[in-house]
Amino acid sequence: MKGYNFINLFKGLGLFLLQLAVVYFIVESGLSAGAKFPLVILALGAVVFVSFKLDCWKEMAVFGMFYTIIAGFLMPVPRLPIVNETIRNQYFHVAMWMAMVIVLFASALHAVKYLRKGDLRDDILSSEFANLGLVFGVLGIITGMVWANYTWGKPWHGDPKQVSAAIGLLVYFALMVLRSSFNDDVKRARIGAVYNLFAFPLMIVLLFTVPRMYDSLHPGAGGNPAFGKADLDNTMRMVFYTAIIAWTLLGVWIATLRIRTRLLELKVYDVL
Amino acid sequence: MSFVSETIELVKKEFTIEWRQRNALFSLLLYVGGAVFICYLSMSLKSGDLARSTWNALFWIIMLFISINAIAKSFMQEGKERDYYYFTITSPAAIIISKIIYNNILMLSLAVITFIFYYTILHVEIKDPEIFFLSMILGASGFASCLTLISGIASKANNNGALMAVLSFPILIPMLLILIRTSFHGLMGLDRTMIYDELASLGGINIIVIGASYVLFPYLWRS
Repeated sequence: MKGYNFINLFKGLGLFLLQLAVVYFIVESGLSAGAKFPLVILALGAVVFVSFKLDCWKEMAVFGMFYTIIAGFLMPVPRLPIVNETIRNQYFHVAMWMAMVIVLFASALHAVKYLRKGDLRDDILSSEFANLGLVFGVLGIITGMVWANYTWGKPWHGDPKQVSAAIGLLVYFALMVLRSSFNDDVKRARIGAVYNLFAFPLMIVLLFTVPRMYDSLHPGAGGNPAFGKADLDNTMRMVFYTAIIAWTLLGVWIATLRIRTRLLELKVYDVL
Repeated sequence: MSFVSETIELVKKEFTIEWRQRNALFSLLLYVGGAVFICYLSMSLKSGDLARSTWNALFWIIMLFISINAIAKSFMQEGKERDYYYFTITSPAAIIISKIIYNNILMLSLAVITFIFYYTILHVEIKDPEIFFLSMILGASGFASCLTLISGIASKANNNGALMAVLSFPILIPMLLILIRTSFHGLMGLDRTMIYDELASLGGINIIVIGASYVLFPYLWRS
C-alpha cells in the first residue's frame, strides 16, 4: 500500500491550466476554423500524452470535470431561439458522444493488438473499453432525450441521429451477448475481437454518414454532425474541448479500475 | 494451387454440396413462398390500397429474413471435421472469398425468385425499374457479403440461430435503411440524381465488408 503523492495534484493542476491556456490561445487566434480543429486535436493529444507520462491524468480528469460542470453551467452562452439555455447540453451530451467514439476506437485498437499478439491483457482492455463505450452511449442517449423533451417536445422523435445512435448501441450489446456465449477465454477473446473489428467501421459509417442523408432536427444538421457548427462561439468551444478530454479521462479511469480487478482475477486463477 | 484457382474450386464445391443436400435449398424456396404468401394474406385484408412505401418495406423485410436463413447455414452444413480438412489444404482467404461469392450468387437468385413471387401476388407498378433492380442487386449482394462472416462467427458459438440474428441485425439495419430509400425512389420514379450518393455508399459498404472479412477470417477459423 502506498500513500497518495500530493505532488501529482499540483502536476495535474499545472497541466490542466496549461491545457486551458493552449486551447484558449488556439481558439482565440485568428486562424480559420478548418485550421483550428486539427491544431486543437494535436495540442490536446499532446497534453493527454504528457499527463500519462507525468502520472497525473486522474487529477487532470478531476479538474477537467470541475471545470466542465462549473463553467458549463455558469459561463455565458449565445442566445438562440428554441435552444436557449439548453445549448449547455453540448458539454455533456455531445462531449460524451465524442468520448464514446474515442473509447470505442481504443477498444478496436486493442482488438487489433489482441489478434496480432494474442495477449489476454489486450482482450481485457478491448472488452472493458467497449463496455465503457456502452456506458457513455447510454448516458449520451439519455442526456439527448432529456434535451429533446424540452426542445423538440418529446424524448424520442425518430430523428435519424437518434435511430443510428440506438443501432450503434445495439452493435455493442450484441458484442456483449456474443462474448458471454463462450466459456473458453481464448475463443471468447478472438471471436469477440473479430466481431468488434467487423462492426466498428460499419458503426462509424452509420454514425457519420447515414444521418446526413435524411433531414435531421439536430442542431447543425446537414453539415458535419459533430463539429464546426456556426452556433458555437469561442467560449463554448473552450469548455467543449475541455469537456471531451475530461469525460474521456474520467471514463478511462473507470475502465482502468475494472481492468485492474479483472487482471487480478486472472492472476488469482493462474491464467496469466 | 494459386489463390484464384483455389477459390474457383471451392465455389464449385459449394455448388456440389448444395445440390447434394437439396432439401436445404428447397426448404429455403418454400420459406420464400411462405413468407410472401403470409404478407399477401395479411395485406389483402385491405385489398386494393397497398401503399408503395408499405410494399417496399415488406419486400425488404422478407429479403432480410430470407438472407439470414439462407446464409446462417453456410458454415454449419459441413461438419467440423471437414472444416479442419479444408483448412489443411487451402488458405483461409480462399475459403471466405469462395463462400462470399457463393452466397452472393445464392442471394441474387433468391432475390430474383422472391421478387417474381412477390410482384405477381402483390402487384405494384414500378416506375423506374433500373434503379429498383440496381438497389435490389446491391442489397442482395451486400446482405450476402455481410452475413457470411457473421455466420462464421455464429457457428463458433453454441446457440447459433438466435445469435446469428442478434449479431447481424444491427449491422444490416444501416444498409436496410439506405436500400429502402433507394428502392422507394425506383418505385416512385423520383429524380435519379438524388440517390447516386446512396447507391455509391451501398457499394462502399459492400467493399468495406468484403475487405474486413478477408482480413479477419484467418483469425476466426483458427479457433
